[in-house]
Parts: sequence; structure tokens; C-alpha cells
Amino acid sequence: MATIKVTRPKLTLLEKIYLPAVIKGLFITFMHAIRSMLGKTPGANENFNSSGLGVTMQYPEQKWDDQLPDYYRGVPALVTDEEQRERCVSCQLCEFICPPKAIAIIPDEIESDDPWAKVEKRPKEFDIDMTRCIYCGMCEEVCPEQAIYLRKDYAMTGLSREDMVNDKKRLYEIGGVRTGLVNKWNEIK
Amino acid sequence: MDPFLVLVISTAVKIFIFTFVLTLPIIAYSTYAERRVSSIIQDRVGPNRVGIPLTLFGFKKDIPLSGLLQPLADGLKNLLKEDLVPDHVRKFFFTIAPALTAVPAFLTLCVIPFGSQITVFGENIKLVIADIDAGPLFVFAIASLSVYGITFAGWASNNKYSFLGGVRSCAQMISYEIALGLSVIPVLMVFGQLNLSDIVQHQADNGWLLLPLWGEGLTTERILLLIPLFISFVVFTTSIFAETNRMPFDLPECETELVGGYHTEYSSMKFALFFLGEYAAMIVGSALIVTLFFGGWSVGFGLDTAISEMTYGGLIHLGAFLAKVIGFVIFFIWVRWTVPRFRYDQLMKLGWVVFFELALVNIFLTAGIMMLVN
Repeated sequence: MATIKVTRPKLTLLEKIYLPAVIKGLFITFMHAIRSMLGKTPGANENFNSSGLGVTMQYPEQKWDDQLPDYYRGVPALVTDEEQRERCVSCQLCEFICPPKAIAIIPDEIESDDPWAKVEKRPKEFDIDMTRCIYCGMCEEVCPEQAIYLRKDYAMTGLSREDMVNDKKRLYEIGGVRTGLVNKWNEIK
Repeated sequence: MDPFLVLVISTAVKIFIFTFVLTLPIIAYSTYAERRVSSIIQDRVGPNRVGIPLTLFGFKKDIPLSGLLQPLADGLKNLLKEDLVPDHVRKFFFTIAPALTAVPAFLTLCVIPFGSQITVFGENIKLVIADIDAGPLFVFAIASLSVYGITFAGWASNNKYSFLGGVRSCAQMISYEIALGLSVIPVLMVFGQLNLSDIVQHQADNGWLLLPLWGEGLTTERILLLIPLFISFVVFTTSIFAETNRMPFDLPECETELVGGYHTEYSSMKFALFFLGEYAAMIVGSALIVTLFFGGWSVGFGLDTAISEMTYGGLIHLGAFLAKVIGFVIFFIWVRWTVPRFRYDQLMKLGWVVFFELALVNIFLTAGIMMLVN
């Protein structure tokens, strides 16, 4: 490899004194201070809902809920279809694939006199322990009935461990309704 | 009234007011200012949350004060934290070190003239705790003691990073003490005395040292003297930065090289005491710069005689002094968030090769100008 000799740059007298550079620096930081006090910092109000002080978004007052991308992975939740029927057939695939073992399902059989007896199973209990969940989205990927989705909620809090376990009722509350064809409700199939 | 009694009582009151009512809150709020100013310089937000938490007491809403109570919260946090003393330290020196850094900084406050004088119960009281004839010398003598605290802390922590911090602080203090002492000599030559109250009175009558616009006015001597005095201002201010371990010269505690420097092993209130000492030193430094170069408590522009004749005119002077000091504290903060840290050899070179000689030459320059003009 060829050797490249780098010569030190010759400094002029002004650069050697160092003081002009300090003053220049002070001027730059002063301009930044002025601009941030006027709410005109670079990046302010360009992206997201910034507070005007830099790109910082001041969280509880300003949220980026409306800017969340479609692929955002928040709290996992169960969804019902347009007729309020639960989509989950409690196949337990999500329970088995869940890397931190956050999901616990107790399956229940649908009685033979039920009009949808052909669906066979539904969840009796469906708990997702949010202290364990890592928001990986594998449950959503693996679900054959498109019954579990990662929603855009991210502020999942609780004062105790029990609070942080989402049971079936809460999961349906968070999940809401999804429309779209799912095979098990198809009477012909 | 017995003059001795008046002296004792007034001194006690002055000590209480100047230290606990004026300086400590300024120290507390300079930590807040540090964080807010740095944040606006760096396009951030900074601490803007702490208010009065009324919701804790059952009220509906908190009172947000844009973070103005942050210093209180910090102090409370430091008091409540566990005071951890590691097993491997020298307990005695480890314990006294924080006090040794904080005490000298507060001691030096006593010679700083906070205002002219006020008349209370028919007695004229000068707004300075100790009106001694060796003001700047006293400050230098006491302020340099604070390096003992830092060195003790570094050595007693029994930790290589803390030790390096302590050693660096010691070396830095010795290097810049010389420049500091020498740079102030031209100023003292101009004033012809060392009593800080009289120095400020002289500036009130004849114009500030770096702004001689009233009083005797602009004589040739004073215009010529501005050159060496400005040099000594630059050297003095830079040395104060070095003495107080502020940013371009904060090698004793530089986080990137030494973890936390001399206070790596400290926690809780001991840690807070180091910061108290550092900020107190910064405030005393600003007060000294203001007193020597910017007319101390004097409002300037020939208004001071009129203000002094008012009964409580001293309080206006007090306000002027505090405003100037706060201005300088903000300048300190501003410089901290602008100038990057010096390399250690550059620091030593700057101290010994540049500032030492510059201050020496400056003395002769001042003497020459004074001799030629007279």
C-alpha cells in the first residue's frame, strides 16, 4: 500500500490565537439559542408533531398517534368480525409460537346445537401477559383466522402484574371489529 | 447603640442573607439554568415539567411552573438517595473531601461587595461581610484551597480514574493560579489598592474599568490602558474558567476519559456537595470578574452618587450587582456548551507558555503606559 504523507495544515496567526474561533462558536450557539426561543429550530414543525423546540415531541401533550405507520406493532388484541362473532378458533398456534410465552389460551368446544357448530372451537379464556409480550407480531403472522392483530395502542400501563394481563374481554375491547372474509363463517365451505 | 454589638449583629445578618438567601438560590438555579440554556443551545427542550404537585394532596390539577422547581426536586432526590461509601476507600478523607471543595468557595464570598451601603436604624451598613484590605489576595488564597478537596477525593476513592482526575485538577490549579494572580496585577496597579469595596467605589465614581465613560472621562491614559486591561480581562476570565473546572478546562471530571473524574465513587449528598462547590466557585468567580472589571454594584453612567444618597439605594446596587453576576454565570454556561474540551497537553501549554508570559508582559505594558502618560 502506498504511503500517503499527510502534512499538517499551516495555521494562520488568527487561527493560532484561537480566540476568533471561540467567538465564532459563541455566535453560532447564540443563534441557535435565539432560534429555539422563537420556536424556529431546524426540524421544528416539519415532521411529527414537534413542540417547536427542536424535533422534540413533548409526550403527554403531543402524541404521534395520527402519524403511526400502518405496520406499527402495538398491543396485540383479538378482533371480532362485522357481526360481533369472535374470529378466534383457539387453535393455539399463537400460544405455541409466542417467543416469550405471553399468551395463554384455554379452548372451549362449541356445542353441537349451535348454528356454527362447524367452527368446533372457541377460546374460553384468552390471556396475553403484557409484562411478557415483546411486540414481535408472530401471533399475528401465524394466525390462520386473522383473529389477532397488533393494534396501534402503545401506552399499556398498569399498577400491578395482574393489571398488565389482558383477558379476553379487554382484548376484544382493544381489538374492535375487522371486516373481511374469513372462511369459517362461510356456510358453503 | 454599642458599635461592637452593631458590628456583630449586622455581620451575622449579612452572612445569613448573602450566603443562604442570595447565593444558595443562585447556585440552585444556575444548575437549572445550565440545563435549560444548554437545551436551547442544542435545540432541545430541557427540564420543563417540575411544578407544584397538588394532585398528591388531593387537588384536581398541578401547578406547572415550566420546571422552575427542578432544583428543589434535585435537592430532595439527592438527600433521599443512599449515601454509598465503597469498601475500598479511605473513609476519613473520602468523607471530608466534598466539604473541603464546598467550604472555600463559600468562604470567599465574604470579601465580595454585594452593594454600596444601606442605612438601618440610623447605622450605615456596608453591604460586604468582611471589608478587608486584601480582597483579591484573600480570594486567591482561599479559593485555591478547594483543590485539596478534589485531590483528596481522587486519592481517597482508591480508583485510577478518580486519582487521575485529582492529579489533573491539582496540576491545572497550579498552572492557572499563576496566570490568575499575575493577570490581576495591572488592575490593582490602576486602582492602587486591594480593598474591593473601595475598588468598586472608585469605579462608580470614575467609570468601570472596561467602560471608562464617565467621571474623569476619556483621558489618553485611560484609552491606552484599555489595551492591557482587556488582555488581563481575557487572561483572568480564562483562568477563572480553569480554576472552577468549567468546560473548556474540565479535565478533572471529563466523562469521556475518566468516567466521572474525581467524583466517580461519590453518591447522594456528597456528590451534590461537589456540584455545590463547583457552582459556588463559578459564582464567586463571576462576582470577582464583575467587581474588578465591570464596576461591581455600580449602576454606572454617573447615577451612583444619586442612588447612594437614597436610604435604600444600596438595595438598587445589590440588584445591579446580582444582575451582572447572573449575566456572567449565563456567559459561563454559554461558553461551556460552545467550546470543546482542550487536550491535556494543550491545556498545560496554554497555561504555562501563553498565559503566564502574556500576564507578565502585560504588567510591564501597563507600567509603561502609566509611566509614559504621567
